[in-house]
Amino acid sequence: MDILYKIFIDPFMQMGGAPDLLVQTLWEGLVAGMLYALIALGFVLIFKASGVFNFAQGIMVVFAALTLVGVYDLLRGAGVPSGWLAAYLALAIALGVMGILAFAVERVVLRPLVNQPDIILFMATFGLTYFLIGFGEFVFGGNPKRMIAGELNLPSGAVEFKMAGGFVAMQKIDIAAVLIVSVMVAGLSFFFQRTRIGRALRAVADSHKAALSVGISLEQIWVVVWFAAGIVALTTGIMWGARSEVSFSLQIIALKALPVLILGGFTSIPGAIVGGLIIGIGEKLGEFYWGPLLGSGIESWLAYFIALLFLLFRPQGLFGEKIIERI
Amino acid sequence: MLGLRNIKTTMIAAALVAGTVATSPPATAQESIYVPLFTYRTGPFSGSGIYIAEGMRDYLEMLNQRDGGIGGVKLALEECETGYDTKKGLECYEAVKDKKPVVINPWSTGITLPLIPRAAVDKVPVLSMAYGLSAAAIGDTFPWIFNPPATYWDGASMILNYIGEKEGGIDKLKGKTIGYIYLDAGFGKEPIPLLEQLAKDYGYTLKLYPVAATEMQNQSSQWLNVRRDRPDYMIMYGWGALQPTAVKEAVKINYPMDKFVSIWWASEDDAAAGGPQSKGFKVLNWHAVGDNLPAIADIKKHVTDKNLTQTDKSHIGKVLYNRGIYNSMLIAEGIRNAQKLSGKKVITGEDMRRGLETLNIDAARYKEMGLEGFAGPVKLTCADHNGHFATYMQEWDGSKYVKVSGDLKASMDKVSPLMNAAAKEYTEKAGSWPKRTEACDKAS
Repeated sequence: MDILYKIFIDPFMQMGGAPDLLVQTLWEGLVAGMLYALIALGFVLIFKASGVFNFAQGIMVVFAALTLVGVYDLLRGAGVPSGWLAAYLALAIALGVMGILAFAVERVVLRPLVNQPDIILFMATFGLTYFLIGFGEFVFGGNPKRMIAGELNLPSGAVEFKMAGGFVAMQKIDIAAVLIVSVMVAGLSFFFQRTRIGRALRAVADSHKAALSVGISLEQIWVVVWFAAGIVALTTGIMWGARSEVSFSLQIIALKALPVLILGGFTSIPGAIVGGLIIGIGEKLGEFYWGPLLGSGIESWLAYFIALLFLLFRPQGLFGEKIIERI
Repeated sequence: MLGLRNIKTTMIAAALVAGTVATSPPATAQESIYVPLFTYRTGPFSGSGIYIAEGMRDYLEMLNQRDGGIGGVKLALEECETGYDTKKGLECYEAVKDKKPVVINPWSTGITLPLIPRAAVDKVPVLSMAYGLSAAAIGDTFPWIFNPPATYWDGASMILNYIGEKEGGIDKLKGKTIGYIYLDAGFGKEPIPLLEQLAKDYGYTLKLYPVAATEMQNQSSQWLNVRRDRPDYMIMYGWGALQPTAVKEAVKINYPMDKFVSIWWASEDDAAAGGPQSKGFKVLNWHAVGDNLPAIADIKKHVTDKNLTQTDKSHIGKVLYNRGIYNSMLIAEGIRNAQKLSGKKVITGEDMRRGLETLNIDAARYKEMGLEGFAGPVKLTCADHNGHFATYMQEWDGSKYVKVSGDLKASMDKVSPLMNAAAKEYTEKAGSWPKRTEACDKAS
């Protein structure tokens, strides 16, 4: 009986007894969920366009963030005064580098592998991952770096609200993250739904052959979509880097996108967002209210458990379509 | 004329050959002592590992450059990158063990644990300096393992004694709540049995906050739990990205930083991550910080100024850089001792084991080494491979660590019985653990 009480009654008593902690947990879950969604979005964009699960998305986050802070340091070394000018110049250059990376990936990795089985393309992204790790360490070194959040005019400090005898603290950087991610998702959705390139991308996602037959350039679409994934990676790197530090350990965070993808589907932008939020909020609530029952530290597997639980009832994922094939 | 395909093939072959050469170890001359260094300058734990690797290598390289090695024999140094990954660490061990290493420095508790049974078989001593299995301090049971100057269990006991001192006596811990945030791996789990036992003995409540390696930069849940549980003190056993993130999260929830105490692995960068609000954060240490020592001046003169190292000059004198120096100082003294005891210039792993077992570094010896005042004396014996030496508490003042305590000693009346029991349990679990057959040298 005691264990049933601890599972089914006590957590809800705690929620009612300390609503400030509940709101705080929900907020932390929302922020984490938005950031997971952002990582998942990078995977979804590339999967939609090429059917490739881009294993390199995690290291692209690290590479983009390292390029930003590395170029900033170079600019300072070259005499550009510290502050917003150097930071925004570095941001522009980092975007340019992600563009060059997209172009290089299309030329060197994807183009020679056209018409190869998906697993070959998947393995190629493994190769890309290890190349980027080595190249990144060669150029920027393995030392963790501080994200130039202040120089990019991202806010610092916290906003506190009093609530039911307690308080809820929201870090301004987290509020900024939620806003930036929301704008980014809206922008990407508009781009892919309403623009000519976006429609072309959806056509490529449906059928490479059909898209080619109506004159859509696969190469161009791939460059665009890898560049978009690069922008997403840079944004993710800035936001996670500001919360902790810019180091190669950030690539581990990308693993968090996997349960989000399981849940939201590999091809759905809304799926990535809603999946990210469910995983983010679910794991924070689970860890906070039920984690102590299991010795804490359940967050790392709880996300997968939540995803699998959903799949039990909706195997096609949240926004996926039921695929019925005639045998 | 070569076709395009042939050119491509030739280039790939050339690259492979070049790669093989580049990754080959330096040729170990007949008259050299082979000292492999397991390091991690890359990966999620490089933030801590780079400093250690730099300090460790620079000190030994300085001995090579300044003195021509030790006892007239050059040290053949070779780094093996483990990435703090146990699997890679074991690959490193397999790669170096046939080259007759005199000592292995795993620099990871996870790598140390599987090497403990192998050390006696391969006749290579393992120096796990202030990390690894705490019970390995018992030399009679683990003759090939050395972990001076203090174990993780000693560290936990020292931190509790420090807290007790602040509270007005160890008995004042009764009724308090002590939180323990740790890397959910061999290293972080190591002191839990002691903390649990001491919770019973002293009457405090222990709250555990494990952080998986995959969640090091995502600790908001753990710190929400801290906010709910309101522990009176927080103890941290962290490494790599876990530490700066924990400091940031502690600041975020307004945890009183003067009650946040870390084992000896937190660096200046880790403390600074929390900004000005992380003032008061505390870390154990046992050696000096800074570069105002003749031996470090020699490192600059003979190694860094001559660009014989990858070291970032701004790292010299930082707490973990000096930790690397301390580790290499132990290696060097072990080799010197082994040369004296064996009468050989080029020693073996077996000689080195004897050398480490008879380590006796006093204040006079520190002065001779150009390390006067660097750390406390180290004297090991056949029975005690650790020494359980005192540490001190240092506090982050916003820009540097400042010593804020006198000598902190472990309560050996509490630690020793548990350590003996753990050693017994270890050997029983291992099945047939060999009885010590290695003779003790007179100096022990």
